[in-house]
Amino acid sequence: MSETMATPQRTWKRPPSISNPTLRWSLIIGAVVYLIAAHATIDVNWGRVYEGLERGKKFILAFSNPNFVDRWDDIYDGMLESILMAFSSTVAGVIISIPIGLGAARNISPLPVYLVCRAIIALSRALHEIIVAILLVAIFGFGPLAGFLTLSFATIGFLSKLLAEDIEDTDKSQAEAIKATGSSWLQWINYGIQPQVMPRLIGLSIYRLDINFRESAILGLVGAGGIGATLNTAFDRYEFDTAAAIILTIIVIVMALEYSSGLIRARLQ
Amino acid sequence: MAIKQTANGTKIWALRDTKEQLTNWAGWLVGTAFFMYCWNQISLQTDWDFFWDAPAIAADIGGRAMPPKWGYITELWAPLWDTLNIATLGTILALIMAIPVAFLAARNTTPSKLILRPLALLIIVSSRSINSLIWALLLVAIIGPGVFAGLIAISLRSIGFCAKLLYEAIEEIDEKQVEAITATGASRWQVMAYGILPQIMPALAGITVFRWDINIRESTVLGLVGAGGIGLQMQGSLNILAWPQVSLILLVILIAVLISEWVSAKVRGAII
Repeated sequence: MSETMATPQRTWKRPPSISNPTLRWSLIIGAVVYLIAAHATIDVNWGRVYEGLERGKKFILAFSNPNFVDRWDDIYDGMLESILMAFSSTVAGVIISIPIGLGAARNISPLPVYLVCRAIIALSRALHEIIVAILLVAIFGFGPLAGFLTLSFATIGFLSKLLAEDIEDTDKSQAEAIKATGSSWLQWINYGIQPQVMPRLIGLSIYRLDINFRESAILGLVGAGGIGATLNTAFDRYEFDTAAAIILTIIVIVMALEYSSGLIRARLQ
Repeated sequence: MAIKQTANGTKIWALRDTKEQLTNWAGWLVGTAFFMYCWNQISLQTDWDFFWDAPAIAADIGGRAMPPKWGYITELWAPLWDTLNIATLGTILALIMAIPVAFLAARNTTPSKLILRPLALLIIVSSRSINSLIWALLLVAIIGPGVFAGLIAISLRSIGFCAKLLYEAIEEIDEKQVEAITATGASRWQVMAYGILPQIMPALAGITVFRWDINIRESTVLGLVGAGGIGLQMQGSLNILAWPQVSLILLVILIAVLISEWVSAKVRGAII
């Protein structure tokens, strides 16, 4: 007590978030060095950026006056194709990811199956949709089929991984109770595991539908169908009003999807 | 769950009663019909000859792509560095913009529920619904091709993601700590700095690393629309059908993504 009395100017200092000083300082110095190095290698053509501001303003103004009319047929066809691709690829992706998800859950599958399924998941997650789309367009030709396959493939990585993690978290005793009744493997999965993961599986599938629609909007850039091709053409021709119309449509559909998926998920849980 | 009774009076257990069964069945019917319609539309626009050729084509491309042209790696270091910069600086820039948006969007910290909160939510939704490639396409048209366009595209796309997760974290904070800080007579900013920020710090760090990992993956393809990074090299190689170079680039991307995923998992493990 007397000590505090003697030094009334003692103040409280916020404890640092990283307590080890060596680690803290090396992180700070590393960050500074990185920022300087990164800054030195990025050359920004400020003149070009400044010139672009005019076009940027035009684009933003285009949002107040989007042009749905002139290219309506293209927009409609592209949007419909995007929706079709998103829906069908989600269905196909979910159907394929269920067995892979079962295989990738360590508590119900043997090690070799587990490793194969995990490898499939890792490959699907590591490759960006556009890269897969480029390869599939080269193999299957232009059109929505390549987009459908791409999105299905991407869905597998996403859904199987989360499904497998959910299966690993299931309550063991319920599954054991079903097994004790002398059920076959299929019955065990169907009555012991499936009811426990079903709400989450449905929620994730709907969420993935949402993602697939958003992704389908870019597949057109590489010729895999959907609204992306129309959007790309609009940008190439500097038809910002049409581009704004397409982007607004995408936002509205995504919002509607997100809202309805929120409602469905809230009802399930 | 329902109990059914047969004509001779025995009771049978059933998972669903008749009404539930019917709705369930109707749902499946509609879903299947819509799927068949989708599939039909896709099938109509597909040249099935190309489809049956696919294995041969795939084998042909695979044969040409193997082995990768290892010497080409010397030309990939610079684009790889650009890719890293796009992802890292883009994430930092996004965070700087996402933090205020998150504070405006969280129910317990927003200064006005009527005007600013919907506005912040609108920013989040628009940023999230537009893919970073579309942002890149747009920015290349506006400010010209290059790393800078990619960097801005990544940051614009990440605002929504970071702000959404962050505002959910803010809404879940312990109000007692905030109250305690307020009771000391702290100003609004001091409450944020000492009451709220320490509570969301782990979430913030986790979100940052998570998004950085995603951004690495996304920035590898931004070059396809001219926004810098290793995607530029890929586009160039694809245009001249230099498959051995393409396979090397794909390999490099795969390794980069796996490394970033590993780093992100390690850092998140250390934080939580």
